[in-house]
Amino acid sequence: MRIMSQVAMVMNLDKCIGCHTCSVTCKQTWTNRDGVEYVWFNNVETKPGLGYPRGYEDQERWKGGWELDKKGRLRLRSGSRLRRLATIFANPDLPTIDDYYEPATYDFDQLVHAPAQDDFPVARPKSVITGKNMDIKWGANWDDDLGGSPDIAHLDPNLKNMSSEVQMSFEQTFMFHLPRICEHCLNPACVSACPSSAMYKRVEDGIVLVDQDKCRGWRMCVSACPYKKVYINHQTGKAEKCTFCFPRIEAGIPTVCSETCVGRLRYIGIVLYDADGVEAAASIEDETKLLDAQRDLILDPFDPEILREARRQGIPEDWLKAAQESPIYKMIHTYKIALPLHPEYRTMPMVWYVPPLSPVLDVTEKLGKDNTNADDVFHTISSLRIPMEYLASIFTAGDVDVVSGVLMKLAGMRTYMRDLTIDGTVREEVLEKMGMTGDEVEEMYRLLAIAKMSDRYVIPQAHTERAAEMASWASGCSLDGPGGPGMSAASTRGGKVSLTLQRRRPE
Amino acid sequence: MWNNFWFMIFPYIALAIFIVGHIWRYRADQYGWTTRTSQTLEKKWLQWGSPLFHFGALFAILGHVGGLLIPQSWTRALGISDHLYHTIAVAAGTVAGVVLCAGLIILLIRRFAYSDRVKVVTTKWDYVLYIVLTAEIFVGMWQTVAINVFGEGYEYRGTISVWFRQLFILQPDVSLMAGAPMWYQLHAILACVLLAIWPFTRLVHVWSIPVAYLARPYVVYRRRYAVDKPTPREREGARSSR
Repeated sequence: MRIMSQVAMVMNLDKCIGCHTCSVTCKQTWTNRDGVEYVWFNNVETKPGLGYPRGYEDQERWKGGWELDKKGRLRLRSGSRLRRLATIFANPDLPTIDDYYEPATYDFDQLVHAPAQDDFPVARPKSVITGKNMDIKWGANWDDDLGGSPDIAHLDPNLKNMSSEVQMSFEQTFMFHLPRICEHCLNPACVSACPSSAMYKRVEDGIVLVDQDKCRGWRMCVSACPYKKVYINHQTGKAEKCTFCFPRIEAGIPTVCSETCVGRLRYIGIVLYDADGVEAAASIEDETKLLDAQRDLILDPFDPEILREARRQGIPEDWLKAAQESPIYKMIHTYKIALPLHPEYRTMPMVWYVPPLSPVLDVTEKLGKDNTNADDVFHTISSLRIPMEYLASIFTAGDVDVVSGVLMKLAGMRTYMRDLTIDGTVREEVLEKMGMTGDEVEEMYRLLAIAKMSDRYVIPQAHTERAAEMASWASGCSLDGPGGPGMSAASTRGGKVSLTLQRRRPE
Repeated sequence: MWNNFWFMIFPYIALAIFIVGHIWRYRADQYGWTTRTSQTLEKKWLQWGSPLFHFGALFAILGHVGGLLIPQSWTRALGISDHLYHTIAVAAGTVAGVVLCAGLIILLIRRFAYSDRVKVVTTKWDYVLYIVLTAEIFVGMWQTVAINVFGEGYEYRGTISVWFRQLFILQPDVSLMAGAPMWYQLHAILACVLLAIWPFTRLVHVWSIPVAYLARPYVVYRRRYAVDKPTPREREGARSSR
């Protein structure tokens, strides 16, 4: 057994209001540079919808993630290593800028500098890449809040897996927001596809990073990631991705997206896992068994055997303590309410989601029932295929029972706490259906509804015994150095990002 | 006099720049050491042009290695007649050359005419590289087609190849090159120019062919602070910060 610690995240989707604050603050922090204008390490998409980049969940098309070959061995969906090298001159599965969107700005200079004339000056949209006039046809969240969905939503790849198609008619519409960052997978496809070994998973905290000095721009990571969370910086020709804000995590503070989340829906904590078991867990044939396999990889931080072994392997004491206090472990293991995004990709993603109850509540209400009544909600959960099937195709590889179980717990907690708060009634029959004790439900309620920052983020500081030595090397950031991002003379632009359009104009 | 410069002095200058330039670039600019892929910006033309160009170039390089490094006496000893060798070499060379040229033309149109996006990420060194490389490839193609396919042919293995090998023992016989047709001379000079600009262009990606990938475990783990020696850049940084 090789015990490693992993920084993981859980997002409680019922709390997401789709305000995009996480995306904006992330972009301001990490991708406000040339070459990554189109890149959102964190994005929020509306489901049902196409997502970003468009239709990324369609792995028949993009060939992301893993699959089992005929002999049942795990291999990347894009084929063998040899095939990847054979297609190195042109990667057939690579999305282009049009699959994301062409970033645009407006010619505001025109409004200020246009000479006096009869016609009112207008600010035309200009491509941030070429500086030329363009028509804006798509964006990172074009179908936000189901905008344009009569035309767009039926293209959602998740609907392909459903037996009955979702009618996007007004009466039956449901939706929820899905914030996404890099999953920092236990079995990362991007790392496995990188021909130059520039991508790696950190032993200490499991964060997946790109070594900017080693990346040679073979761009196999971009197509191999089924979540499309590795991007090409088209100025440097190198891959960039979400860093889990590692400089913040190392200091024991949450990521920018978490810290600025208005709905306080994100949780960060440590889990311990068995690195030797990852391949076997990801190779399980039945896709619906992958969720349990993934849960079982995560080790019990209270088990004395595990603790002894972890200490022997050099995991520091404060990290073990953090693993025991981890809100992530509670939601994955104790309450079993957090689910991974698309476990069938076999990457063992480490950003988990508490599925949203709101689509079910919406439908309950539209059926003329009381969505504060547990029985009515339970009935909706157990009898309505939509949206349960839809949620299952996203979070449990199609296993509706698992999603139903989680939503039952959430609905049960909601009504149990409601009655308890209003007149002190203890609804034993609800507890029975949930399979939990009253104390457990209250504790879960506390964590989901009113947890303070110190409960939501349990992040041990990195051990920096060698930090002084590192500082003496003054290695700095790859993006520093003469000439701004990329000290290479081959970087055409770079430097500080100006906010006006002038520098974008073709010479 | 000029023959002495181009075929005795210049190759060594080019080679020196090639070697020193690479050492400098590798130490100073790991961040710039990349293919500078533009496939995210334009895919349709690239997926035809790039494989044609690269596979054509690989075959052409293989042909050059065979023609320049393997002495005539060796193939004769194997019982391959000069005529047979020449026929095979010209035929294979023409195929490789046509593939290479087709790819190059597609890539040139893509970069300089078709795609505004790719134009934006084209650097000054890219222009230099494209001019030299295009000239070199078309001169090479011209000598194959005009002299060897339609012309009377030229037996370079007894002259140019010998001169080329002599370069490595530091005793080049310039007269061997001086007697070669003008197109061959030009091809050799351009090749030296290409070597000289190589380390400063995106061509450095050639040395990063990731063959080690085939024998590596899928997932790469790394410790936060590497326990082994600092990288050249880190050493560089330590020096300048003192």
